[in-house]
Amino acid sequence: MTDTAMYRVQTQTRASYSAGAVCIALIILFILLPTFASRGLIQDLFFIFTMLVLAQFWNLLAGYGGLVSVGQQAFVGMGAYAMFGGVILWGMDPVPAILLGGVAALIVAIPTAFFAFRLQGAYFAIGTWVIAEVMRLLVAQWKVLGGGTGTSLPRTATRQMWVTEWIQATFDVRGAAARDILTYWLALALVIATIAGIYWLLRTKRGLALAAVRDNVEAAKSVGVDAVRMKWLVYLVAAAGTGLTGALIYLQKLRISPDAAFSVTDWTAYVIFIVVIGGIGTIEGPILGVLIFFILQSLLADYGSWYLMVLGLIGIAIMLFAPRGIWGLITEKTGLQIFPVRRRLVIGAQSNKED
Amino acid sequence: MTILSLKNVSKSFGALTVTEDVSFDVVQGQALGIIGPNGAGKSTLFNLITGNLTSDAGSIHFDGADVTRVPPMQRCLSGIGRSFQIPQPFDHLTVFENLLVAATHGQSKSEHEVEEDCARILEQTELLDVANNTAGGLRLLQRKRLELARAMATNPKLLLLDEIAGGLTAAECTALINTIKGLHSSGVTIIWIEHVLHALTSVVERLLVLDFGKVIGLGDPDEIMNSREVKEIYLGIEV
Repeated sequence: MTDTAMYRVQTQTRASYSAGAVCIALIILFILLPTFASRGLIQDLFFIFTMLVLAQFWNLLAGYGGLVSVGQQAFVGMGAYAMFGGVILWGMDPVPAILLGGVAALIVAIPTAFFAFRLQGAYFAIGTWVIAEVMRLLVAQWKVLGGGTGTSLPRTATRQMWVTEWIQATFDVRGAAARDILTYWLALALVIATIAGIYWLLRTKRGLALAAVRDNVEAAKSVGVDAVRMKWLVYLVAAAGTGLTGALIYLQKLRISPDAAFSVTDWTAYVIFIVVIGGIGTIEGPILGVLIFFILQSLLADYGSWYLMVLGLIGIAIMLFAPRGIWGLITEKTGLQIFPVRRRLVIGAQSNKED
Repeated sequence: MTILSLKNVSKSFGALTVTEDVSFDVVQGQALGIIGPNGAGKSTLFNLITGNLTSDAGSIHFDGADVTRVPPMQRCLSGIGRSFQIPQPFDHLTVFENLLVAATHGQSKSEHEVEEDCARILEQTELLDVANNTAGGLRLLQRKRLELARAMATNPKLLLLDEIAGGLTAAECTALINTIKGLHSSGVTIIWIEHVLHALTSVVERLLVLDFGKVIGLGDPDEIMNSREVKEIYLGIEV
């Protein structure tokens, strides 16, 4: 190689350009969907979107940050309870109270991080689970919000919720259906913001640092990466995002109880399943994973515990035979990347070969 | 001008003293070699200089500042770069991205500012062909080269090399020596731990011998290699 060699760094791929166009078309379609879709479809999509957001944040923590948490239900529960608290205790409108959920989860995350960061690997996982259980037990003592049996959002608050009147008038639907449409739109906004935000983060130099810390902490420190700060960053961002999602989920459910809101199965086990079968450490993986999870759930939900066993077996099979998940298999075979984060060094200024 | 100065530095792991009262200075632009039998505390000494370990006693000054208690990240920013004895690449990143991390964070610069430099370092260390391969799949020589390249990407004033020539063939070793010589002549201060003595002595101007955590010799490489103590302790020859 001579000194005249020119270098160029390329992050986009041809697939990612067309994927961008498809994404924009999909977003427009999803926004307009309530005008013609059934209420059942809207509810299903709400479920898919919120699980996808939880999965993206868990993936950010575990797949990029190397922080395998089994305690994300702590933030779902805290977010949801903070929203209920804002509505019931302070008379807030439920929609802005969702933000309170994010803030509450963030506030709770700061002291727990001090404890959890003292632990590594499997101990960290167990530690986060313990933190979540402690929170569940504490919240169960909160009598104003129903204690151990839980409570419902007051009807007066949900009836006068922001924007619902407009939706009722515009779409000519009843209150409950209008609420579904509103929560659906909020979930859509959250999923778009989450994926866009994570994608942006991974393409900055912080994203590189995050991957470096995950791969080798000591080496990362030795090249000037502030490993501790990166851990804090992903932990707090994931906590806040998970709290927002928790609040939104329980705005749609309208009823809350500590056992449901701090459920390790619903908010962490399923989420881990989604990320693992889809492909950990990629943005595309959880998207694929949540679709597979939804299909499996629709097909098998009537079979009770068999359903959980099938999920477990699939999870194990994927971990053994395709550790990078189904999206991993697809990229291996086709090289397809919808959200590319790789920085490819291209030699020669003339070259505009893409893959 | 002295760039690095250790004064009475000690480090113990429990009852085991791995660094005992070590003092030495390194002048800017110099290349210092460190030799000593396995377990003499060479890598520990490096970890103390880079901050991956903190010393129990003594002080370490780098570039005019006391860095004894400064964490590794900040020492890197102030100009200490290192390679690890057992290569520690960021496995899931590409070779080029490994350098990008080091260059952007080690120098607090944007990606765009360092792209050219990283590419040039890859060229210099003969890694350009595998620039877009993930580092986890590299062969030994390439891993060693990546260690060197990544340390270079932080643009260090002082470069610590830990057994970078070990396990390489003669030809590979010569190529690596030339790269290191090039670096040295460009003004980078080098401290190099190495068992491959001919490689070491072809570059360094001074040699330090470590045994059981203590400095037992420091000076001109030829004199050191011919001294009685070194022959006895390090080479195991009875004189």
